[in-house]
Amino acid sequence: MGLIRVIMETQKTALYEYHKSLGAKFVPFAGYQMPVQYTSGIVEEHKLTRTKAGLFDVSHMGQLFIEGSNDLIKELEKIIPIDLQNIKLHQSKYSFLTNESGGIYDDLIITKVEKGFNIILNAACKENDYKLIKEALGNKFKLILNKNLSLIALQGPKSAEILENVIKDVSFLKFMNGNNFFYNNNEIYITRSGYTGEDGFEISLSNKIVEPFVKVLVSKGAQLIGLGARDTLRLEAGLCLYGHDINETTTPIEANLKWAISKRRRKEGGFLGYNKIKSNINGELSRLRVGIKPLGKIIAREGTKIFSQDENEIGSITSGTFGPSVNGSIAMGYVKYDFAKPGTKILLEVRGKKYEAIVNELPFYKKNYVR
Amino acid sequence: MNEVKFSKEHEWIKLEGDIATIGITKHAAEMLGDIVFVELPEKDSSVDKNGNAGVVESTKAASDIFTPVSGQIVECNQSIVDDPSKINTDPENKAWFFKLKIKDKAEMNTLMNKEEYDKFTKENAS
Repeated sequence: MGLIRVIMETQKTALYEYHKSLGAKFVPFAGYQMPVQYTSGIVEEHKLTRTKAGLFDVSHMGQLFIEGSNDLIKELEKIIPIDLQNIKLHQSKYSFLTNESGGIYDDLIITKVEKGFNIILNAACKENDYKLIKEALGNKFKLILNKNLSLIALQGPKSAEILENVIKDVSFLKFMNGNNFFYNNNEIYITRSGYTGEDGFEISLSNKIVEPFVKVLVSKGAQLIGLGARDTLRLEAGLCLYGHDINETTTPIEANLKWAISKRRRKEGGFLGYNKIKSNINGELSRLRVGIKPLGKIIAREGTKIFSQDENEIGSITSGTFGPSVNGSIAMGYVKYDFAKPGTKILLEVRGKKYEAIVNELPFYKKNYVR
Repeated sequence: MNEVKFSKEHEWIKLEGDIATIGITKHAAEMLGDIVFVELPEKDSSVDKNGNAGVVESTKAASDIFTPVSGQIVECNQSIVDDPSKINTDPENKAWFFKLKIKDKAEMNTLMNKEEYDKFTKENAS
């Protein structure tokens, strides 16, 4: 077989020119040119999100809409391990698509809407997710991976005040709940959610109106924040990044995400990979995702090997950075189950030298969600 | 006059007598973004031209520091280890990295002057 070269043009979100006008530095991310930071830098942008309100363009993420009712719930439960029978209208849940060996194809946010479900998917996985879901559901249901919609996230303690100025009554939404709203006669969908450990909103709206809408939020006090700070914020909040902290070889139980599998589903199963996940739940668990705090300033990046105090290799780091709000080095990784207890002393091998660290409770930074 | 020279790895070097002060350029600091960690060579250790002489890490990634000339380390700047953000605010002055006793002054001739370095960064920017 010859060499097949697939040339993909990098895509741009509807806000690309606006990011550029603000002095954004771009990086290619999952096939998109995305702003990694603006002129003030990652640390400032991170702190601004924790103290005021940061605005993120996450339009590269997939927005999948599936139309259907009870039949659809039955089919979706075969690939998504949550209780979709009891999800309330406009309620959102964090979940994942599991594979046959109990690993994770992608993590997602699913919201029950009037005509079916909305699912927010990772940019790098969305095309494959669409294929997987389409295969699992057959041709009975209408599936749309909507490319005419943008997605922005307003995050931070001032989010509700700012958004309420533009969208009346939006501040009545509770965490992980959404609804339809109107902006200049355009229907938009807003959920109170996010991925920074702060109160905030994710707003799905047409590509045609996203730029003027963002400009209004900026005029009310929001500031654009890049993917660089999004990464430090989510790591401080102990949240997983797909492709790093979780992937097709990590089970939700190993990833310490048991809470995200509904109780009924843990007991009844009926979804892909249940056998493996059930045996994990019953105690056959060799490793666990944990928070890790290096004792010095050393930063342990993805791939850093983890050792016990008697220098046996016990795992590796999956995400590591400097956390601006905790003002120190933070990381997450997998360790052998016996070493997963918070407070356990471990060693991290960075550039050939071993440095002391401890297993730390997650999150590193306490969440400020509005329940 | 002590002319400041520059390397292709974006270090600056200022020679006074046989003591060279070395740091990273403003351009390098801007490229790296917010610097959050620095590791410097040990005092009295010997370093070779283009050899590894420390690490800087930003919120984004880790980068090696290379020494543009050979010599023996005589002093390290502890203030940037304690507060790495100084490298972003004053990279070409107070946030120097280390001083070394230069082994061969002729190595200075292989480096760029300010004008050449500015041209080099412009040509390599994309």
